[in-house]
Amino acid sequence: MSGIPHDHYEPKTGAAKWLDQRLPIVGLLHSALTIPTPRNLNWMWIWGIVLTFTLALQIITGIVLVMHYTPSADAAFASVEHIMRNVNGGHMLRYLHANGASLFFVAVYLHIFRSLFYGSYKSPREVTWIIGMLIYLLMMGTAFMGYVLPWGQMSFWGATVITGLFGAIPFIGEGIQTWLLGGPAVDNATLTRFFSLHYLFPFIITGLVIVHIWAFHTTGNNNPTGVEVRRTSKAEAEKDTLPFWPYFVMKDLFALGLIMVVFFAIVGFMPNYLGHPDNYIEANPLATPAHIVPEWYFLPFYAILRAFDGDVWAVQIVSFLSFGIIDAKFFGVLAMFGAIAVMALAPWLDTSSVRSGQYRPMFKWWFYLLCVDFMVLMWVGAMPAEGIYPYIALLGSAYWFGYFLVILPLLGVIEKPLEPAETIEADFKAHYGKSDDAMDGSVATPAE
Amino acid sequence: MLKKTLLAASTAFALTGGAALAAAGESHINDYDFSFEGPFGAYDEQQLQRGLQVYTEVCSACHGMKFVPLRTLGDEGGPNLPDDQVRAYAEFWEVYDDEIEDWRAAKPTDHFPASSLANAPDLSLMAKARAGFHGPYGTGISQLFNGIGGPEYIASLLTGYTGEEKEEAGVILYENTAMPGNWIAMAPPIGDGYVEFADGAPNDQEAIAKDVAAFLMWTAEPKMMARKEAGLTAVIFLSVLTVLLYLTNKRIWAPIKARAKKGDTPAE
Repeated sequence: MSGIPHDHYEPKTGAAKWLDQRLPIVGLLHSALTIPTPRNLNWMWIWGIVLTFTLALQIITGIVLVMHYTPSADAAFASVEHIMRNVNGGHMLRYLHANGASLFFVAVYLHIFRSLFYGSYKSPREVTWIIGMLIYLLMMGTAFMGYVLPWGQMSFWGATVITGLFGAIPFIGEGIQTWLLGGPAVDNATLTRFFSLHYLFPFIITGLVIVHIWAFHTTGNNNPTGVEVRRTSKAEAEKDTLPFWPYFVMKDLFALGLIMVVFFAIVGFMPNYLGHPDNYIEANPLATPAHIVPEWYFLPFYAILRAFDGDVWAVQIVSFLSFGIIDAKFFGVLAMFGAIAVMALAPWLDTSSVRSGQYRPMFKWWFYLLCVDFMVLMWVGAMPAEGIYPYIALLGSAYWFGYFLVILPLLGVIEKPLEPAETIEADFKAHYGKSDDAMDGSVATPAE
Repeated sequence: MLKKTLLAASTAFALTGGAALAAAGESHINDYDFSFEGPFGAYDEQQLQRGLQVYTEVCSACHGMKFVPLRTLGDEGGPNLPDDQVRAYAEFWEVYDDEIEDWRAAKPTDHFPASSLANAPDLSLMAKARAGFHGPYGTGISQLFNGIGGPEYIASLLTGYTGEEKEEAGVILYENTAMPGNWIAMAPPIGDGYVEFADGAPNDQEAIAKDVAAFLMWTAEPKMMARKEAGLTAVIFLSVLTVLLYLTNKRIWAPIKARAKKGDTPAE
């Protein structure tokens, strides 16, 4: 599986040989579990395991919840209350599932920003990155549709607002919106199709996760130095790497344990912390909530969506040049999806010859600013679109696009990177040679 | 008991869709102390029973609780009424039975009736649907120790009448300092001594309001005790597991790091 030289599985017993000739599955698992992994990985490389675990958690709790849930506009809200009140452990299942979605996004954002800092998206890992972005898109779709299922006020009106975005597409928008909703407005037909897709998407995600892992097992992991593992011989590769089992499995499990302590504290003691009170009111098409706020993990992109209103000159110019086909609403939709698209294009926009941000003195600061920008957008996305907030959102959106479309390409030309560590082995030794009390395998963890 | 901390909950409401606040007055929520707040807080059985009495004698005239099964009044970690009392209490209500196509006395397996007044919202989930201070936008992390503020909101609303009235489109509105927008259609429902408690507990307006607010927190989150217990068990066991994993991890890596420190070639 891996391009890094390492020992392969040899079937020893007769039965093992018999199976190996017919289906080399043991060898495959062995190869995946013992894959040579750069020994200098820091604590930002744990999020993959956290994400895999969370996916499993969501699927398992979700499958059980479905056993008790009724996907119908009349009965959905009551069936969720049935789960909360009558099903054994149902309240825990539902709170685990609802907060699991938040854990999923915390982990995926840290995972993505890890990649952005250490240049994990760069050649030869572009395919891993693109698949990751697809997974992220599907996650957002799954989370959005899952939020509609309890059929509370925020479910209903969130669905109305978000599907309305598709209505902004010129000419075909209205048709698409009707097709998505299964009718002219959010109704029973919307609920049932969202339910169906909410069940389907996680399995597509699972498939993509396997391909994601396959892709980076082929290229090998990136690492904090961004320097590749030496592959000329097995002996040399072993100086740079350690087998995934047990070294990184135990490290990741320890980190996962720590995260689970916090996660279960939230589920047990404040499960509605990240939820919205309005979603405990049954959906009512006749009463619009005063503020329709998406879940926290959508806020940065929601802020970008709202940032481009008709007062922004860029919007006016585009509207004029397109003879009004691209109006402010459609521009906002394009900006929101564009914000993810430019991130997906990072491998081709980043022109630097050096992979890791550690050795890029200018890039570092722009990257930290991007992290701040992301948090600011998240905050402003929760604010009402009035007063100074739209300006902040506009500024934040401009930086998001500026980072990917201008700064990343330019930095590669004007920045003079430092000399990266010669080998992973040297980096690892330098780290442990220096200080006695260094933590397990950790290099200073970057912000976000 | 009462911290009397006036929380400027207006921000929380503006953000979490409490109501149309933009044009109207701020809403003030008293941060009352309830026994069930914090990771180790528990419902006070007596208080829940008093709250049930308040609900029955006052609120239920207009409001309903269609999601709450009557039998859960006997649940441990809730009002914990004895079986015969639950049965007797259930018979107090009339429900419409589709099978016999007629009204009959309720059984413990039935739910509380729905609201009798069309405009009176269902109270089953009210304590979670109206968070006084909420989530990451309100007073944030205090939720861990103070809860979501729903019962505080309810108690503040019941005691928040100023006595001012106005008529708008044929409806009389009452000024209320807790209500977002400050005007509410519900007439002041309780005052000092409106309910007599058998256990002789104080029955001034504020005490009654707090009792019924606690009861409504229970109806909204009947499994809170079980949930906190599960959470605590999980946190303790996971903490132990995490310590063990930390030690295992440290031990596995120790020889690798020792060799790296000496500058040896870290060959396996």
